[in-house]
Amino acid sequence: MTVQQISVFLENRPGGLAEFTKVLSENNIDMRAMCIAETPDFGILRIIVDDVYNTMCTMKEAGYICSVTKVLAVEIPDKPGSLLRTLTVLGESNINLEYSYAFTTRKKDVAYMILRVNDNERATEVLTEHGIKLVDQDGISRL
Amino acid sequence: MEHYYQPEIECASREEILKLQNERLVKQVKHVYDNVPYYRNKMEEAGVSPEDIRSVEDLHKLPFITKDDLRDAYPYGLLAVPLKDCVRIQSTSGTTGRRVVAFYTQHDIDLWDDCCARAIMAAGGTNEDVVHVSYGYGLFTGGPGLNGGSHKVGSLTLPMSSGNTDRQIQFMCDLGSTILCCTPSYAAYLGETINEKGLKDKIRLKAGIFGAEAWTEEMRRDIEKSLGIKAYDIYGLTEISGPGVSFECSEQTGMHINEDHFIAEIINPKTGEVLPEGEKGELVFTSITKQAFPLLRYRTRDICVLTRKKCSCGRTHVKMTKPMGRSDDMLIIKGVNVFPSQIETVLLNKGYAANYQIIVDRINNSDTLEVQVEMTSEMFSDSVSEVSRKEKVLVDALKSMLGIYAKVKLVAPKSITRSEGKAVRIIDKRNLYQ
Repeated sequence: MTVQQISVFLENRPGGLAEFTKVLSENNIDMRAMCIAETPDFGILRIIVDDVYNTMCTMKEAGYICSVTKVLAVEIPDKPGSLLRTLTVLGESNINLEYSYAFTTRKKDVAYMILRVNDNERATEVLTEHGIKLVDQDGISRL
Repeated sequence: MEHYYQPEIECASREEILKLQNERLVKQVKHVYDNVPYYRNKMEEAGVSPEDIRSVEDLHKLPFITKDDLRDAYPYGLLAVPLKDCVRIQSTSGTTGRRVVAFYTQHDIDLWDDCCARAIMAAGGTNEDVVHVSYGYGLFTGGPGLNGGSHKVGSLTLPMSSGNTDRQIQFMCDLGSTILCCTPSYAAYLGETINEKGLKDKIRLKAGIFGAEAWTEEMRRDIEKSLGIKAYDIYGLTEISGPGVSFECSEQTGMHINEDHFIAEIINPKTGEVLPEGEKGELVFTSITKQAFPLLRYRTRDICVLTRKKCSCGRTHVKMTKPMGRSDDMLIIKGVNVFPSQIETVLLNKGYAANYQIIVDRINNSDTLEVQVEMTSEMFSDSVSEVSRKEKVLVDALKSMLGIYAKVKLVAPKSITRSEGKAVRIIDKRNLYQ
């Protein structure tokens, strides 16, 4: 059970991110979550949106280099220790976490974590086994 | 006091020089015609026979040799003696990655060493000097050339080669180097380091012979000040022999070309027409004494001006200005010849688009090379480490092609300026040509 994350190549220069968000805004694209991995020269912008296909088309048209990556979206109860539980399950199952970032929605009492792991299927399996709730692409759109 | 290595030649009258050139040219043309089928064909195509060349006046009738010819004839096609008579090979980078190799007989090495000896003595060198050679040794002609020249002068020669700055400075202090030979950018770097370490009082340098890359008068003043020396320019190219084709004297207003070995012409790079003295154009050399690799009318692609005005040093050989530019797109970076086409070849081989830009700069007196490449969908990955890995593969491939490090910068697609559909490939921020 995965969601589709869009990764975009952004040159590291003043105004670069502003230009990108302008394109999103002009095309009425709503971001659910966003995170940037940066190097001295460039950044990889990672976003979660409702309509992946539409967003990809818009990005390509605007000349951005982008790709789609399947990641996990985990619902985390808003109380101490919840994240630890998720990470412990992954660690004990020997699943490596490449990166992660969090976002919240209007829904109270829960936060969401995006997890990029080396084995989506197995991670889904063990997390579900331990009663940890995952959200799929449709779920993201309903948030 | 002015020192000369071969005063009878260096200060000969114009008539004597011309007489020598006429005799040697006639002989050389015959030698090349008889022994180099590649050039014989070119002469036949141009309808010229050796009998048509009776003096320097007839030189313009001969066809040019270009870097393309060197590539086409690689490696033995322009060799004029049996290989068993050759004792040395030197090499430099060529246009599309294929290297230029030049062959030398013992006679050729001797005349090259003589030329370098003249340069060292013009810089005040004698057998009492310690000549510190920090040019690279190996295929590059810098080290071997100045090394040989220093032996001829009878100076104590320190074959340091390039790199390991701490050791360079230590030897300089401990062994009392008096004449430094290296690239001007390395001289500037040595100067800075010596001053930072507070060792200026410990060095005994009096002169430096700097070449293999373009440098400005401003840089000369900086080096002279930081090392407390007089800095002399030297010019040469592997195709013709190596450093010492021309060299500066005490007047420091241009480099005397060793006219008893090389005839210089200035041509219009577009038409090939010979230009009168004092006009700016492309420098062309004819080698009249070399045996193994004697190039006739070789187009250097360096733009400069020749002058026969009387020189206060007493030498009578024609002087050339510092190169004022190139008639091709070759860059000299850290003394290494770099052609944009080499970079393009690597990019295409590695699956990148040919949209790139080369940024050359000089930071803290050291040349830097940055290749900006537009990101492509194929190249892109969600993982930073994956993108960095691909970047590293490209850096390694460039290093192996060019011989020097190039920083790779990945930029956004279509961000490299295109003027009239053609990309502006080179941005040289060094302003080397005044």
